[in-house]
Amino acid sequence: MRIDAKGMHYRQLNKIIREAVAQGEKEFELDNVGGQRYIGDGISENVKITINGTPGNDLGAFMNGPRIIVNANAQDGIANTMNAGEIIVHGSVGDIIGYGMRGGKLYIKGDAGYRVGIHMKEYKKQIPVIITGGTAGDFFGEYMAGGIMILLGMNGKNPIVGDYVGTGMHGGVIYIRGKVDPYHLGKEVSCLELNEEDTKLIGSHLKEYCEYFGFDLTEVMSGKFTKLVPLSHRPYGDLYVY
Amino acid sequence: MKCEGLMNPSKKDGYHWVLQRIPSGCAISGIISEEGRRIDGRVIIKSIACMHDRSNGLGGGFAAYGIYPKRKDQYAFHMMFDNMEAKEATEEFFKDVFNVDKDEPIPIHRENGVSNPPILWRYFLEVPENKLEFLSERDYAMKIVMRINSEIEGAFVASSGKNMGAFKGVGYPEDIGKFYKLEDYSAYIWTAHGRFPTNTPGWWGGAHPFTLLDWSVVHNGEISSYGINKRYLEMFGYRLELRTDTEVIAYLFDLLVRKHKLPMDRAVMALASPFWKDIDRMEPGQKKIATAIRQVYGSTLLNGPFSIILGHSTGMIGLNDRIKLRPMTAARKDDMLYMASEESAIREIAPDLDEIWSPKAGTAVIGTLKAEVE
Amino acid sequence: MESQLPAEFIVNVNHEKCRRCKRCVINCSFSAIEFKDKVTPNHRLCVACHRCATFCPESAITITENPLTYKYGYNWTPEIRKNILKQAESGGIILTGMGNPQPYPIYWDHMLIDACQVTNPSIDPLREPMELRTYLGAKPEALEFDGEHDNVSLRTELAPQVKLDIPVVFAAMSYGAISLNAHKALAMAARRMGTLMNTGEGGLHEDLADYTDRIIVQVASGRFGVTSKYLNNSALVEIKIGQGAKPGIGGHLPGEKVGEDISKTRMIPVGTDALSPAPHHDIYSIEDLSQLIYAIKEATDYKKPVSVKIAAVHNVAAIASGIVRSGADIVMIDGFRGGTGAAPMIIRDHVGVPIELALAAVDERLRQEGIRNRASILVGGSIRQSADVVKAIALGADACVIGTAALIAIGCRVCQKCYTGNCAWGIATQKPELVRRLNPEVAADHLCNLLTAWGHEIQEVLGSLGINAIESLRGSRERLRGVGLNQEALDILGIKHAGIGQ
Repeated sequence: MRIDAKGMHYRQLNKIIREAVAQGEKEFELDNVGGQRYIGDGISENVKITINGTPGNDLGAFMNGPRIIVNANAQDGIANTMNAGEIIVHGSVGDIIGYGMRGGKLYIKGDAGYRVGIHMKEYKKQIPVIITGGTAGDFFGEYMAGGIMILLGMNGKNPIVGDYVGTGMHGGVIYIRGKVDPYHLGKEVSCLELNEEDTKLIGSHLKEYCEYFGFDLTEVMSGKFTKLVPLSHRPYGDLYVY
Repeated sequence: MKCEGLMNPSKKDGYHWVLQRIPSGCAISGIISEEGRRIDGRVIIKSIACMHDRSNGLGGGFAAYGIYPKRKDQYAFHMMFDNMEAKEATEEFFKDVFNVDKDEPIPIHRENGVSNPPILWRYFLEVPENKLEFLSERDYAMKIVMRINSEIEGAFVASSGKNMGAFKGVGYPEDIGKFYKLEDYSAYIWTAHGRFPTNTPGWWGGAHPFTLLDWSVVHNGEISSYGINKRYLEMFGYRLELRTDTEVIAYLFDLLVRKHKLPMDRAVMALASPFWKDIDRMEPGQKKIATAIRQVYGSTLLNGPFSIILGHSTGMIGLNDRIKLRPMTAARKDDMLYMASEESAIREIAPDLDEIWSPKAGTAVIGTLKAEVE
Repeated sequence: MESQLPAEFIVNVNHEKCRRCKRCVINCSFSAIEFKDKVTPNHRLCVACHRCATFCPESAITITENPLTYKYGYNWTPEIRKNILKQAESGGIILTGMGNPQPYPIYWDHMLIDACQVTNPSIDPLREPMELRTYLGAKPEALEFDGEHDNVSLRTELAPQVKLDIPVVFAAMSYGAISLNAHKALAMAARRMGTLMNTGEGGLHEDLADYTDRIIVQVASGRFGVTSKYLNNSALVEIKIGQGAKPGIGGHLPGEKVGEDISKTRMIPVGTDALSPAPHHDIYSIEDLSQLIYAIKEATDYKKPVSVKIAAVHNVAAIASGIVRSGADIVMIDGFRGGTGAAPMIIRDHVGVPIELALAAVDERLRQEGIRNRASILVGGSIRQSADVVKAIALGADACVIGTAALIAIGCRVCQKCYTGNCAWGIATQKPELVRRLNPEVAADHLCNLLTAWGHEIQEVLGSLGINAIESLRGSRERLRGVGLNQEALDILGIKHAGIGQ
């Protein structure tokens, strides 16, 4: 189903999509998208949505299955509280992406803004993955409770990530391609070298990622990665007195 | 001529006066000729006088529709003034906001039992067209009424509709009727009220009927939901200065029927809603409507004991509270519809009736003028 | 280092009466009673939860406050001195549970309700209709109809509404803060009484799947257990911004409480801390709130009312107005006495606004702006009795929420140790052997009894006010009078002082 979204309010656009999904439609191509919010919001079926134009905030919020491809930059709040599915952005994205994300994949070709993957968490087999090709802002992985975040810095900008990386982190793992000055790190993370398992893990995720965006996997993997893990699953255990 | 505050509570610093709401018991009566035949005022006086013992001489009044056919397109303002200053201030104000086509004293003759009347004057007014850029004519007129009642010291609008008027004051209703020479007026709708307030002194403006534009209400009982009805109306820009239950009823009809354009029977359903147990048994379409009305208009529900007769430009409506705590009898004879607190008040003026009944609680009795009546 | 703090309570055992059945030892979940030849209390560990005294078959146990006298100091109260000692020994933030116990004014107790005499009749609620039904949800300003006379149909489509048979709803208490058995009891009682329970921020346990039409599901900053299915399996969805007991700060369920079941419900691994960030990180401004409200409405196809819960803070009226304008169907305001499973004492005891004043300010503000119809107002934060409910509704609330009162009904003794997870009554604990102590069926009966009693009491008051529908009380401040309040408080509450007539 192809929809010209020009001038359409998000309520109308999303209603058309929801109703078509209920009718069994599997593939959508949305043209002239310009700021319509909540595309894919709450949808649980495995449909594919291709977006031409700039989608609005909360793209894929509460999403539970669809694959969304954005052929442009995207805005804030992508994959908010997302449970399953894939979002592939052929460009850069705004702030607070992957907030509370519990499953699925978010692949970004370019840069990401502030507060990427805040309070991202995992549960059993649901392990969310965010891969960002460029750089990211402050509070990367704040409160992170689970999942995997990979930051590649492929465009050579410096610094690759802002301050307070992993502040309050108590689960999951962050891989950053390059060196991170301890000055940028939050108090609750420790910096490790990659072991064999790590390399295998990021290799498998990056293979798919590179295929989407036409990056050379070998070149990507040739960089030196830093691994960040939480010091404790209980960072605030000693803060209180009864 | 000075009335020593008998008429109008002070608007500036009369904290206790203005904030006092005076419960009262009452007698009510109403008649309508649906064919639009004119009836002179002696008939309604006779009816209300029959229920003399339901009032205590501290308030009586009448509303009459169809009395100014030659000026039916002009707002007829019946005014009460404490003194000449108030009259002058009001007239200055009228000059700014209306075209005053005619003004004259309201004819009266002195009657035993009626003392200390305020200055009674009536004005026939038109709204200048250039005033209606942002407001409907009726909203504009309503605003003016509210402004006079709340801002001009010593002035009170007794009625403000077209082709109608209210005649009221402190005294027994039959004395008030004679005082205003109602025998000289012919109307197709008459309502009347005899008041039994719980305290003294009554004041002229506080007598019933209460009116707003062409709505008039006579009312027996007390609205126990007054507090929330008032706050709800205030949300829509109504200013409740008089603190009478009757004022609330008139404004609620104005809001629901005129502003929100609810059909009259739906407005009545909001004010005296069916019980949930009955709504739950309605067929789906009616149930949906009744449920929505209670959900949206719960704050308009008139709770507590009341029977009211509402007059408006095209008819008359009688309504009881939903558990019938106040009396009401209705009757028909040919094109005439009668309503009164007591059957005797109807029999007094129409001994021979086609039918007579006690309306059910929360069910309106509706009389409607034929369309072509002027 | 052994604490030098004196015991708060003394456990008195009458050894003549005691038959050494050890029931007290088994029942004490705080290890305050041991058996060494005879029942031997460790006073220092006693929290005055009354479990031992209640279950002692010989009534041989009493608990008293430790009579150890502190040198009098109006300023340096024993509590303040004890807290300093605790912090000097530990360096920690003092954690506490339940609602603010400090002697701030309770405005409910300074308001009196009207009644009818002569000029209008009171109504007998036992024999005449007396309606408490309430609908939560946004109402349009006006209804529009199509057609005429008998063929009238409704043109206006109403936003979704949730029906309450009694205007009292159970407050948000998460599975984690309280036990699954407590959650089950609340859900069963909500179903039976035609009201609602609230998951709190801990997700919805699968055992409650049958009750979803009676459950408010909460979306808090931690987003625990929040999926599109969770949002859709609900009576309504509540965005939790704040809580009366701890406005402006996050939450923290310690990892030791995150067992298998909680892990499943919150959808986080076993044993990890469940941290709720202080803010929702997708809400840094009012337009962001609107964005989340509509994200939820999109995810639920506009079929669920969305509530926004805030703590009563100084600027609550303006905030509530913004919330209503953001598209919320319900505003839930939690007063500064609201309960909690765990909060820093400094926040619980010193932050916020009494619910009575907050409610009055919010209702008045929404009316002044002409938007009171657009959202229902729910209030909580120490609704202790049906009289508080009546007064709250007269001030303008659509319904009240009760947390602590509901817990007391199922056994809570308000010992304020919820955060320890040792609740002897099986309420604020996840220990299976303690949770078992709370029978959900019996607890549900108690909750139903409480609401039934309150319902009757509310009807009695309505009858004495001469009104037979709760909507005629809602916002009718005319029926309240203040006693012992200064003019400023009266003005904020929008009521007159007792002694002034109509």
